[in-house]
Amino acid sequence: MSLDIGVWIGALLTLGIFSFLYRDNPFYKLCESIFVGVSAGYWFCVFFFDNMVRKFYFGVFPSEAGIEPKYFLIVGAVLGALMLTRLIPSIGWISRWPLSFIVGATAGLYMMLFFVSNGLNQVADTMLPLYRETAGGDFDPAETLGTILVFIGTFTGLIYFFFSKEHKGLFGGAARVGIFFLMVTFGAAFGYTVMSRMSLLIGRMDFLFRDWLGLLG
Amino acid sequence: MNVRRPLCLLFAVFAIVGLSRAQDGDGADTASAEIIAEAAPVISPLPVPSVTASDVPNDDGSAILVEWELSPSDSVGGAVVGYRIYRAFADSGVFVVIGNRSARQNSTVNGEEVEPGVDYLYRVDVLAVRTNADGSSDTLAIPSQSSVPVAAVVQWFNTDRLWALIWFVIIAAATIYFIEKAKRGGNIYVRKIGGIDAVDDAIGRATEMGRKVFFVPGIQDMNDVQTIAGIAILGRVGAVAAEYETRLEVPTSRSMVMVTARETLKESYSKAGRPDSFQEDQVYYLTDEQFAYAAAVDGRIVRERPATIFYMGAFFAESLILSETGNAAGAIQIAGTAEPTQLPFFVAACDYTLLGEELFAASAYLSREPRQLGSLKGQDFGKGIFLLAILLGVILATANLIDLSQYFRIN
Repeated sequence: MSLDIGVWIGALLTLGIFSFLYRDNPFYKLCESIFVGVSAGYWFCVFFFDNMVRKFYFGVFPSEAGIEPKYFLIVGAVLGALMLTRLIPSIGWISRWPLSFIVGATAGLYMMLFFVSNGLNQVADTMLPLYRETAGGDFDPAETLGTILVFIGTFTGLIYFFFSKEHKGLFGGAARVGIFFLMVTFGAAFGYTVMSRMSLLIGRMDFLFRDWLGLLG
Repeated sequence: MNVRRPLCLLFAVFAIVGLSRAQDGDGADTASAEIIAEAAPVISPLPVPSVTASDVPNDDGSAILVEWELSPSDSVGGAVVGYRIYRAFADSGVFVVIGNRSARQNSTVNGEEVEPGVDYLYRVDVLAVRTNADGSSDTLAIPSQSSVPVAAVVQWFNTDRLWALIWFVIIAAATIYFIEKAKRGGNIYVRKIGGIDAVDDAIGRATEMGRKVFFVPGIQDMNDVQTIAGIAILGRVGAVAAEYETRLEVPTSRSMVMVTARETLKESYSKAGRPDSFQEDQVYYLTDEQFAYAAAVDGRIVRERPATIFYMGAFFAESLILSETGNAAGAIQIAGTAEPTQLPFFVAACDYTLLGEELFAASAYLSREPRQLGSLKGQDFGKGIFLLAILLGVILATANLIDLSQYFRIN
């Protein structure tokens, strides 16, 4: 059994969180509060030193000679300071400006990124010949079947996400095929992710039985 | 027999002339070579015949393409082991190493510390293994002539992405048209979205049971479009909750999301005619840490047993932890996310799930606001173009006629 106090704390907190599987209890509440409190404090320190000290302060007032001050960072600092106007009810409405800036700038920045990666390039990748051949020029049934499934899945899946036309008749049938493809995909993803979660559980068990209890070599 | 003898003589003459020329050439090359080890050469490789440098097109003036002809000695199994690329400022002429390339490679992109508008010279040395008479070997670096001066140029437009601009302008124009149409009172149809239709009923259930409604806006910040979509739905949920006088709680994992959610709810309560019912502590911050947030929300779900829980936004590994706890607590759950990896968990554990783009369409569906409806119709127009393009592209590719994908693929 480990004599390291850090391992003991980790093990007891792990057991405390696992105790939720039985039901809510004071031990879980304690672990939950420690987890939330410690992580909130940790992230506050990380954000403060990363943003306020390292990026902003040393950006505007460089500590080394020869580095140009980045005065544009003051704009960000002013926007951040405006958020604090919420503390004064009479001018609290000013805090909406930095919020508007963030939402607007985000929408603009991601617009072309999503349009290209989630739209155009996926359309291009679907435009494959349905008849596929091997490198030797022979008919490749597996590749052909795969290409046909990708085409039908993409085409009908896109139809499902059509909102301005009612899903009935032939269009509705295609949408149903699309949702069928989506559900099959979800099923596969579910199984895959559950297996990866099992590996996380194994990691915790390994910590408890090897590092804490020393039962495993 | 009569023919073979003169041919042999002719071959012997060519061989002698070739060898003598090669020896002349070796002498000239050796004179200019940086010889790392002193030893009598048996075979000396030839330098790179020419080096060219040119500005990389369609960039921000931060890269130069360097190309060279392979050394005639660069062959499979030959003495050449690679190339060393040097750069100098045209006005100083002092060369420094900027990288290496292996044998048979004839180009590289110099993308580091390149200033636009500054003239640079490039030189490429052949790196070769020289076998000595005593059987030992050394490494030689045989320099080339430098390239002509070249400067990187800043391009205003990336013409490689021209088709992205064209498709974007077409879809944006259609969107603006449909927005204007909606504003003029034109009818824009939006199909039923199951999960959203259930919002009123789900909140009504909480009202009847006298329990709370929870709204979880995901774990990403306001720079995530899913969070923005989730907050838009929160506006509608808040209005219904205000109307029904049901307690709504919004635990957040980002301070910016907390502030935005408060503003949104405040406005919703005001629009519902109950501004006094809104209390700021309905929206509270827990922690930025993903699993600590999940643990805290789980704890609240179990202790307060809300009748209805909404999960709208960006979720990751905590999605099943949250939704399974909500399910066990007997809450009716409506989820919406565009994270493909998390959708299976919401589908399995929630009563209704908004799949991907349904999350973004939900806001327009709920509000019936002309700008959002027109925007949704414009996006459908874009999807119509994509559907048609896929169909045509596959037919033409199968018939081996035209590759339509070139008009859609953007690097």
